Amino acid sequence: MQDAPSKMENRASNDRRKFILRMTRSAGIAALGGFVWSAYVDEATASQLLLRPPGAIKEDDFLRTCIKCGLCVEACPYNTLLLAKPGDNKPMGTPYFIPRDIPCYMCPDIPCVPICPSGALDESSVTTNGVLDINIAEMGLAVIDDESCIAFWGIQCDACYRACPLLGEAISVEYKKNERTGKHAYLTPVVHSDICTGCGLCEKACVTEKAAIFVLPREVAMGRVGNYYIKGWDKDDEKRLEGAKEIKTKTEISKDSAVDSLNSDSGDLY
Amino acid sequence: MRTIWNNYRYLILRRTTQLGLLLLYFGANAWGWGLLMGNLSSSLFLSTVPLSDPYAALQMAAAGAVLATDIIVGALIISTFYLLIGGRAFCSWVCPVNLVTDAAAILRRKLNVDSISKRQPASRSMRYWVLVLGLIISLMMGVTAFEFISPISMLHRGIVFGLGFGWAAMLIIFLFDMFVLKNGWCGHICPLGGFYSILGKVSLIRVHHNVENCTSCMKCKTVCPEHQVLHMIAKESADVLSGECTNCARCVEVCEDDALSFSIRKLIKNKKSGE
Repeated sequence: MQDAPSKMENRASNDRRKFILRMTRSAGIAALGGFVWSAYVDEATASQLLLRPPGAIKEDDFLRTCIKCGLCVEACPYNTLLLAKPGDNKPMGTPYFIPRDIPCYMCPDIPCVPICPSGALDESSVTTNGVLDINIAEMGLAVIDDESCIAFWGIQCDACYRACPLLGEAISVEYKKNERTGKHAYLTPVVHSDICTGCGLCEKACVTEKAAIFVLPREVAMGRVGNYYIKGWDKDDEKRLEGAKEIKTKTEISKDSAVDSLNSDSGDLY
Repeated sequence: MRTIWNNYRYLILRRTTQLGLLLLYFGANAWGWGLLMGNLSSSLFLSTVPLSDPYAALQMAAAGAVLATDIIVGALIISTFYLLIGGRAFCSWVCPVNLVTDAAAILRRKLNVDSISKRQPASRSMRYWVLVLGLIISLMMGVTAFEFISPISMLHRGIVFGLGFGWAAMLIIFLFDMFVLKNGWCGHICPLGGFYSILGKVSLIRVHHNVENCTSCMKCKTVCPEHQVLHMIAKESADVLSGECTNCARCVEVCEDDALSFSIRKLIKNKKSGE
């Protein structure tokens, strides 16, 4: 009889233990699963060298906004756009294109963009004055490896220049005397980043075994000056100085004699 | 012939719906059909009506994306649709992974794996944890977490746009369901199934059990992928009210005693009797 309440108590505390154990076990499994899951997602979305369809928003926003429905892929009349498959090592299910295989032919009605349900392809970014305008798309930027571009060897080739849909604007040809022969000219292509849409027709047209001109995402291909350089010769750029505030800093000058540093080891240089 | 139809009518209808939808999506990409474009993540019906996966939309919101009108409208349409006809009707009538896991379940029964390993080491409420975890990871990583690993969209996208290594994921799910955990993916892990389970709690179309006809043969429980929802079998006449019921209707077909049938939930009567 005396045992009865303690047995009940035992059972209650056992139930409590079981409950706590079950909760901690669930939390543990969730933590482990969450870790593996998030690590995988982090890796799977890390790919930078992807060319997105025209009008694509910034890559970070693109990854959270694109719902991976493939409507842009279905809308593309040239089968340019692909959806990343498992094994492609690209963020799974998102659209991209490989210009050396099939470039973007820059349809004036841009069928891939208005059909996007999620806003990952932003119509307003390829619209001027209320009309769709593929020429302002920024899918990427063509860059040239002048070591493997035969025009830089002095051989006449303007395949990329001729292939460019913005002929003479996105790629221009520069003339330079060929000092080696003394009587020929170098006719070398130059890409203008403010015009180039990254369609990749040049990459497709390039005659070398592996294209010497190729499209990279703009984020990868371009540097950034930063706002501390101002073009003093440009009135518009100089306007940035209006309302600029002065920041005064003061560096303390060392009290040691300059001659001393010649006699010491290099330690006090750092 | 008549008995075949009688014993498999819903199964035949389900497979027709599943494969028919796949064909429509496939035709949209391959031959430019305009009836149903896109895939199960988001589609365009008749080139005008947007349809979107509501769980994907939730993840997008958690990840901090600006939800476009088409996505919101599409997710609402899909949610309302399944709210009416039964949340997990998606699972058994639309989802292509169902073909894989059903195959595993049949083989499991045929090879008697079920009777060898009776113990189920995992809880069926795991899917709700995965559902919440997916939203938390989406929030923390700023990407739609489940959409990057979802075998559902992987397979569906694969069938429409090219599979790649997606077959490996399907093989893994098949083997997992076959040997590791009965109804492992669809009945324990899949967060989309969990999401539709929650929606299905209030949906109108229900399987109804009539205990007077029941002979307690338990064929329905053997064939049911979510057998816990059939707790009232041989005990009381009631609707199967659990949201985890997929409305697959296999129980209705295998019942030889006419003790199970589809019914519409009696909302008004319930209100009056205060149940």
